[in-house]
Amino acid sequence: MDADSLLLSLELVSGSGQGLSPDRRASLLTSLMLVKRDYRYDRVLFWGRILGLVADYYIAQGLSEDQLAPRKTLYSLNCTEWSLLPPATEEMVAQSSVVKGRFMGDPSYEYEHTELQKVNEGEKVFEEEIVVQIKEETRLVSVIDQIDKAVAIIPRGALFKTPFGPTHVNRTFEGLSLSEAKKLSSYFHFREPVELKNKTLLEKADLDPSLDFMDSLEHDIPKGSWSIQMERGNALVVLRSLLWPGLTFYHAPRTKHYGYIYVGTGEKNMDLPFML
Amino acid sequence: MGDLPPYPERPPQQPPDRRTSQASQRQYSRDQVQPPAADPEEGQQIAPDAQRNTPGWSQRGSLSQQESLLMPRAFQAEEARIGSMEYPSMNTGFPLEFQPQPYSDESRIQAAEVTTSLMQRLQQGQSSLFQQLDSTFPEPPVNPLDPFNLYQTDHFSEGAQHGPYIRDDPALQFSPSELGFPRYSAEVPEPEPLELAVQNAKAYLLQTSISCDLSLYEHLVNLLTKILNQRPEDPLSVLESLNRTTQWEWFHPKLDTLRDDPEMQPTYEMAEKQKALFTRSGGGAEGEQEMEEEVGETPVPNIMETAFYFEQAGVGLSSDESFRIFLAMKQLAEQQPIHTCRFWGKILGMNRSYLVAEVEFREGEEEAEEEEVEEMTEGGEVMEAHGEEEGEEDEEKAVDIIPKPVWKPPPVIPKEESRSGANKYLYFVCNEPGLPWTRLPHVTPAQIVNARKIKKFFTGYLDAPVVSYPPFPGNEGNYLRAQIARISAATQVSPLGFYQFSEEEGDEEEEGGAGRDSYEENPDFEGIPVLELVDSMANWVHHTQHILPQGRCTWVNPLQKTEEEEDLGEEEEKADEGPEEVEQEVGPPLLTPLSEDAEIMHLAPWTTRLSCSLCPQYSVAVVRSNLWPGAYAYASGKKFENIYIGWGHKYSPENFNPALPAPIQQEYPSGPEIMEMSDPTVEEEQALKAAQEQALGATEEEEEGEEEEEGEETDD
Repeated sequence: MDADSLLLSLELVSGSGQGLSPDRRASLLTSLMLVKRDYRYDRVLFWGRILGLVADYYIAQGLSEDQLAPRKTLYSLNCTEWSLLPPATEEMVAQSSVVKGRFMGDPSYEYEHTELQKVNEGEKVFEEEIVVQIKEETRLVSVIDQIDKAVAIIPRGALFKTPFGPTHVNRTFEGLSLSEAKKLSSYFHFREPVELKNKTLLEKADLDPSLDFMDSLEHDIPKGSWSIQMERGNALVVLRSLLWPGLTFYHAPRTKHYGYIYVGTGEKNMDLPFML
Repeated sequence: MGDLPPYPERPPQQPPDRRTSQASQRQYSRDQVQPPAADPEEGQQIAPDAQRNTPGWSQRGSLSQQESLLMPRAFQAEEARIGSMEYPSMNTGFPLEFQPQPYSDESRIQAAEVTTSLMQRLQQGQSSLFQQLDSTFPEPPVNPLDPFNLYQTDHFSEGAQHGPYIRDDPALQFSPSELGFPRYSAEVPEPEPLELAVQNAKAYLLQTSISCDLSLYEHLVNLLTKILNQRPEDPLSVLESLNRTTQWEWFHPKLDTLRDDPEMQPTYEMAEKQKALFTRSGGGAEGEQEMEEEVGETPVPNIMETAFYFEQAGVGLSSDESFRIFLAMKQLAEQQPIHTCRFWGKILGMNRSYLVAEVEFREGEEEAEEEEVEEMTEGGEVMEAHGEEEGEEDEEKAVDIIPKPVWKPPPVIPKEESRSGANKYLYFVCNEPGLPWTRLPHVTPAQIVNARKIKKFFTGYLDAPVVSYPPFPGNEGNYLRAQIARISAATQVSPLGFYQFSEEEGDEEEEGGAGRDSYEENPDFEGIPVLELVDSMANWVHHTQHILPQGRCTWVNPLQKTEEEEDLGEEEEKADEGPEEVEQEVGPPLLTPLSEDAEIMHLAPWTTRLSCSLCPQYSVAVVRSNLWPGAYAYASGKKFENIYIGWGHKYSPENFNPALPAPIQQEYPSGPEIMEMSDPTVEEEQALKAAQEQALGATEEEEEGEEEEEGEETDD
């Protein structure tokens, strides 16, 4: 959610039950302002909160002019001091995929994972148990990256692409209409499109290249991993991800308020196919 | 014809003069132009000069003069046409002398010309247009677009009087536009070819297609009006979106006041329902007397206060939603005979969510509904008994006794009485405040046992089936109730000492070691300091009974039940069963501290926090369950409360493994009496027959041989 409209966004997202306490809100408002100034970001988003056993991580993201450029992620333990996280690499993601369980809450905590590795010693090939240490910070980075790629969404029309390349915020976005808001196809993944080129020519002909340049949620696998609801007496549409429980996206139809937040344990729901 | 200006000689002189003056004027204007064309100051400086030159002329002259200086060259060509309306002489440069005749509707003409020129400007994509317009119209005498709307009515021939004019040499026109705007001329007996071109061009712009009513001309008019009214920053970059918006607005006009927006219908309905919440109950006369009566005790707790404390912990719904829930619970309290109630929490579902209220009825109120349910079940049992008897009769009739199946269904564990154990409270659910509350049925042990084996999302509809393996005995309402029971049993906690056991104790031995199941509030409770609550889990206790693996809170020996059944049925089966010992299941007794809770794979089951680390004096202690994510409890001073907001599932670090299907049932053990013998094949039969015949034949031949001998003898 945009740091500029933090209070309203938190209010609208509160239907999921978890939000922020007033002291955190107050410190966020001031600290995100300073982050924007210090790092020269165009927009700062409050991404959410990962619940750890000892402490919680508060995550923010900074965007530059081009909305689809890789975002910079920052984390904080107390909503006042923010530290920049390194960008996620595939190696990191692979490494931390073996770690399961809750986050500890201490960025320097190291998970130990024993691996069997084949070691060549001369002519002998035998397996040795090697204990790999994985830092929680690495895991944090990869989890945030996975969540972003999988379930960060925006409504159709909120961003538009110019022929020169960069993607801009659409200042004339007036919101989706009620009928559009209930359809999964009106929401896009907030990332570089992956499946767009797989569409047939016939489908592509219907697309508007300035607005439809990202993947929509319609073809997400597994099907049914999004729950769409109307809340607040039909005045707010809320999408919750069932794959990463804790991610809530809200949009007030016919207004330009929208945003998403993740408040959860940072674990993927691998049991989803059984639960649908 | 308008009054002649101070140049009455002009008209007849114009034709010859025109050319010369044109030439001279061109030079003049060029001189004026070549110094920085876009210099407004110069323009302004010259303007007074211009005005001096033509006293009868006021703003019109200065206008075009400034424009001529400020506009880029090509624009001047258009301006020339503006000028040319008045004194149809020029294209380049505007000799002020040549603008003598004010036409009666000169403004409109001017506006039209400006418009066409502006449109052309747009086509050429010169963005400086508007800015320059701004600068050149310090006090727009005529807002060029104001009479625009007049122009909509649109008749090309203005009926304006004008003086004779001179044809322009097309080569002198500097406009790159192919529309070739010549100077505008109003009614002329013979339309000039250039004017004809203008008319054609405009007619082309005004045409509409079959599919839409909007012509390009009108659309551009709307667009430009919008831009000039709203004055966005950097209009070129938002031009495309503005274009689209303008078009959209044309085709989606705001609905008039008589009709409602069809899309918003469900929203309005919900709003009406929620508005009903806000009206006071029991209408009638309102007066202060009623106020006093109403301020009595209400079973509904202070939800706003609870919501406030949970907000400090970062949990809970927004305050207006909490208020609506409070009103909805108040409505529930009026409809049902409620003794105490509590907001239990919210369970999220896929299509809709559930708001759950935990309720205790007044004494005796509940039994009426209970009896109905019991009658239903008893009726069912009676039916079954009949069925059994009929079956027995059939069996006796059959000659072959069908082997009776050995399998007996496991004994059904009876559900707990209401107001005890897992059914201690009644639960009401609704989807949103304002919608009616639905009562959930009591939970049976079988449902709890099954609910432990499956993991399904709630859809939001109480009558939806739960498709799972092992098959869940009930629909979503039952599954919801079972999960609520499990969550309550696991996560309802209170500070140590808030509740105590009542002084009157029964013998623990008689109850089979199940422990006490009732507690009461401790009047002497003085509250535990917040820091201590956060430090140690021993300061919190469970105040709901643990649910045993059997599915109940108090253990029931399933074999005891079978004894009752035996009274009805045969005694043979009793012998078959043999003594099966069932171990009594024991769970932790009531009011055990949380420090005794089992760990989840090296993970502490509870996490405690101070709500605000910056001001520990005023913060509340918050306890969060790691086993049931979404269950929170707070305590501060003498107050505490529990809440659950989540999906309704238990946390497990390992993946969910669904129950495997039961092993394939064995067929009846084979033995000789039921073993099918295969029929002999045709060859075998024939071989057998042949063998038999041979054997017979051998004996017959012997006999026949004797007979034949006898027969032959006689024949002879």
